[in-house]
Amino acid sequence: MLLTNLPHVDSDSALDDVLTNNENVMLCCGRMGPMCLPVYDLMEQCKDDYPNVAFVDMDFDGPAASAIRRLPAVRSFTSLPFTLYFHKGQLVEATSSIQTKDQVTDILDRVFGAES
Amino acid sequence: MKSEYDVIVLGGGPAGLTAGIYLGRARVDTLVLDTGTVGGQTVLSYSVANYPGVEETSGHALSATMLRQARSFGATVKPYASIESLRLDGDPKIVTLKDGTRLTSHALIVATGGVPRKLGIPNEEELTGKGISFCATCDGDFFTDRPIAVIGGGNSALEEAQALAKYASRITILHEFDHFQAHPWVVEEVKANPKLHFLMNQELQRFEGSEKLEHVVAKHKATGKETSVAVDGCFVFIGYIPNSRMVASMVQTNERDEIITDAALATSVPGVFAAGDVRVKRHRQITTAVADGTIAALSAIEHLTSRPTA
Repeated sequence: MLLTNLPHVDSDSALDDVLTNNENVMLCCGRMGPMCLPVYDLMEQCKDDYPNVAFVDMDFDGPAASAIRRLPAVRSFTSLPFTLYFHKGQLVEATSSIQTKDQVTDILDRVFGAES
Repeated sequence: MKSEYDVIVLGGGPAGLTAGIYLGRARVDTLVLDTGTVGGQTVLSYSVANYPGVEETSGHALSATMLRQARSFGATVKPYASIESLRLDGDPKIVTLKDGTRLTSHALIVATGGVPRKLGIPNEEELTGKGISFCATCDGDFFTDRPIAVIGGGNSALEEAQALAKYASRITILHEFDHFQAHPWVVEEVKANPKLHFLMNQELQRFEGSEKLEHVVAKHKATGKETSVAVDGCFVFIGYIPNSRMVASMVQTNERDEIITDAALATSVPGVFAAGDVRVKRHRQITTAVADGTIAALSAIEHLTSRPTA
């Protein structure tokens, strides 16, 4: 179970809902580990600056994560967390391992910025 | 956010937060700025078991407690600050953020800690997260029954290699010297583990792999013989470098870019102090960072009270 202040995606239907009801989604799939916690914190910090993006997390060991693990884009990933960016339901970017603020905001600006 | 403070602390790790706690409790108007998440390298520790007074906790939880303490005593703590420039000579000290915000203080504490040392070899960035990892606890299970490498020869490298032996089929430890720097009893333990193999006196040349890591290539420093180790993963534990780049041209540093301080943790610039892993010191622990934060805060208070008022 993830102990964060982000909305949790904990089922396939919840994942469908969040992707259907939000044009831009940043989803962090991880555990409560040292490489994941800074990314959750960072997402909470970004919420005010990116009101056009839904920031959500997902337990890597939960049932919903199997859909994420099957994605071809993450096939080569070997470090938590897996962070995925969806635009209109389509995966447009994915990263593996801890990320800095600059790395995350660069992606947010690049993949979501044009229409924000 | 207001713009004038008595003290600005750069860095929100254990040293910076401790300075915030002591300064806040002394009713010194204090701003703690961090360019990343609060907690510094401590948040990357899965478990902290030797912090006195705390039986065992995570680095994240310990940092969160320090943050709450600093804020409860009145310190302002701002994570993810984007710093554009610093001016440390004279009074006030000036910190300018990228959004144009100009912050001033009469004393400044540099507690910017360290950043993980990189190998600086081809494909290191490209294959990070695709075989190259820095956290055995986080990522070990991705390599169950697979061959991996561990880079480094200090306590962290060998202890993490031992932990990874629960998962991996075979572990090759590559080290730049012909002997380990780890404690003798740690070396003894890894040498007794049949899954662990050693390539000593090696200079790492490159990582190879297209979509994911496939080989680690190293060259023997004496013979020049190149060895390619087939692996699915590689864990890098080669220490830290001081995060002093922002101030290195303004305060005196040594040949390793560590800030030189006196016993009061004063730097070469009046009113500027340094605390934690960014300064010259032998032992880098959470406890020594906390001690530094305390001394730097008390020294900054002395500086404030002794400076001539307008």
